[in-house]
Amino acid sequence: MDKLVPLFIGPDGPRELPGAALRIGAEQPLRLRSGLPFGPATIAYQTYGTLNAARSNAVLVCHALTGDQYVAEDHPITGRPGWWEVLVGPGRPIDTERFFVICTNVLGGCMGSSGPREPDPRTGRPWGLEFPVVTISDMVLAQRLLVDHLGIDRLFCVIGGSMGGMQVLEWAAKYPERLVTAVPVATAAHHSAQNIAFHEIGRQAIMADPDWHGGRYLESGTIPRRGLSVARMTAHVTYLSEPALHRKFGRRLQDRETPAFSFDADFQVESYLRYQGSTFVDRFDANSYLYITRAMDYFDLAADYGGILAEAFRDSPVRFCLASFSSDWLFPTAECRRIVHALNAVAADVSFVEIESDKGHDAFLLDEPEFHATLHGFLNSSAERLGLPTGRLRPLDLSGRDPTKDRIS
Amino acid sequence: MSDTTPGRRNGGGTPGWATGRLARRGDLQLIADLVRPGSRVLDIGCGDGALLEYLVTEKQVTGRGLEFGQSGVNAAVARGLSVIQGDANTDLEDYPADAFDYAVLSKTLQATRSPAAVLRQLVRIGRLAIVSFPNFGYWRVRLALLLRGRMPRTSSLPDHWYETENIHLCTISDFLDLCESCRIRVEAAYVVAPDRTAKPIRSVRSANLFGQDGVFLLSARS
Repeated sequence: MDKLVPLFIGPDGPRELPGAALRIGAEQPLRLRSGLPFGPATIAYQTYGTLNAARSNAVLVCHALTGDQYVAEDHPITGRPGWWEVLVGPGRPIDTERFFVICTNVLGGCMGSSGPREPDPRTGRPWGLEFPVVTISDMVLAQRLLVDHLGIDRLFCVIGGSMGGMQVLEWAAKYPERLVTAVPVATAAHHSAQNIAFHEIGRQAIMADPDWHGGRYLESGTIPRRGLSVARMTAHVTYLSEPALHRKFGRRLQDRETPAFSFDADFQVESYLRYQGSTFVDRFDANSYLYITRAMDYFDLAADYGGILAEAFRDSPVRFCLASFSSDWLFPTAECRRIVHALNAVAADVSFVEIESDKGHDAFLLDEPEFHATLHGFLNSSAERLGLPTGRLRPLDLSGRDPTKDRIS
Repeated sequence: MSDTTPGRRNGGGTPGWATGRLARRGDLQLIADLVRPGSRVLDIGCGDGALLEYLVTEKQVTGRGLEFGQSGVNAAVARGLSVIQGDANTDLEDYPADAFDYAVLSKTLQATRSPAAVLRQLVRIGRLAIVSFPNFGYWRVRLALLLRGRMPRTSSLPDHWYETENIHLCTISDFLDLCESCRIRVEAAYVVAPDRTAKPIRSVRSANLFGQDGVFLLSARS
């Protein structure tokens, strides 16, 4: 396995990214969930903090649909703050002064890991839709190979929200001896019909864009901008809540006193969504969006255990802490409770909190002090049991930053 | 009733009293004393986890909690306990049989929708169940009704009738009848006095009159 420099393949050609990348599956291809062999593949990652001598203080952070490995630093492409800097950093619940934090770009992603934008070694052309369909368990397999490479037998914690939470569940089910604690946040053990439906709308929007060219847009010198932005706009609404939208925008008009009686972005909410859609296109690959949404759709952890979710966690040594948010209708509390019930049924060590918030699914990325205090308590007590240093939660310093803006779900 | 005797139940020198952690609720110290060290305990309606934390640190139990209120859950998880947010009325059926050595329900039974169903769940989930509740047969309670004609308020029943969450109050005798009809065995029975001293129940009649709280160790009748 060789260490590489991760590359961002943008419209202006490849660009070096911070962090590292690892070649996996070179000697023996990965066996994907679909049954196909795949390899060699690249997995890009970033780390924060220092691995201790016992290699016992590693925390793996798993990102959501459109996130990446830049969890706690300004993004190299967009310049925006790290997507989970409210949680990961000095004095935060995942304290980079005490923990060694690892975050990978998922398989199928577009921030340096193997994905449809990378060249297909057989042809030298971008993979496009020739890239194999990957699943959550393939993403986790790639992460496990990285953790092996880093010489870490047991991760102190695997944590993630939304699709990241699915990866946490997969880790706990498939490799229970490789982690001490698991923190799945705002997630579910399977993707619901409603969630698949929203993803399908996004995918159809991308594929309906003539600039998509059957997935071969890179060779045509185009980007399916309109399709990808519509996909992002739709998805973005699902990350919010009615009260959050109302609080933020209401029916206020954008830069005008009276309606223009046209199809311009009259309302602030329209203007906001258009902005969200257009900026997304610059950092995210349309085909990656297809692949990663598909991976979430296929996720159904119970199906791997004869349809009984509890069997995924039988005799698990893992200590679980789950959290959901009251206004999240994409991954509602009921989904989280299903996981809790399954864990209870096998007498697993589980904590669960529903955090009162009106910010919808996005709440998991935002400044939710109650969530952060609970998580800090859970991680601190788990660290104490292991003889790892504990720490105090220091207040969030968001000076000069708008924590409600432009998060990545 | 068996001869199960709680250790150090007379207050004064126990760690719980000394640290004051369980001091405000006499039934909690007795419950803590009834639990065997190193056992598995589910505390239903665990609040902020005071009893559970005491059991985990002083009795080395494997502790789990179930709590309805978010603030209680958050406080308990933040102090390192394994607690889930849930409802004793509906969520107990999710637990497998004999998952715990003890299922503890302290001063919560009277606030459940179906005390009989909850009791049956307790002795199913736990090899033993420990249940405490305010005794509505306590003489001060009787006197409040008899002499003042008012709904009683005592240190065990502090809320006004219009504020209380207690919807199924009972006396010790009522409770024993319910256990009988649910085929639940009473392994040990205690009353706690207002000064927080605990005594084993010898005469139900007298306990029903002089006990402010009842604490019972129960099991399923096989």
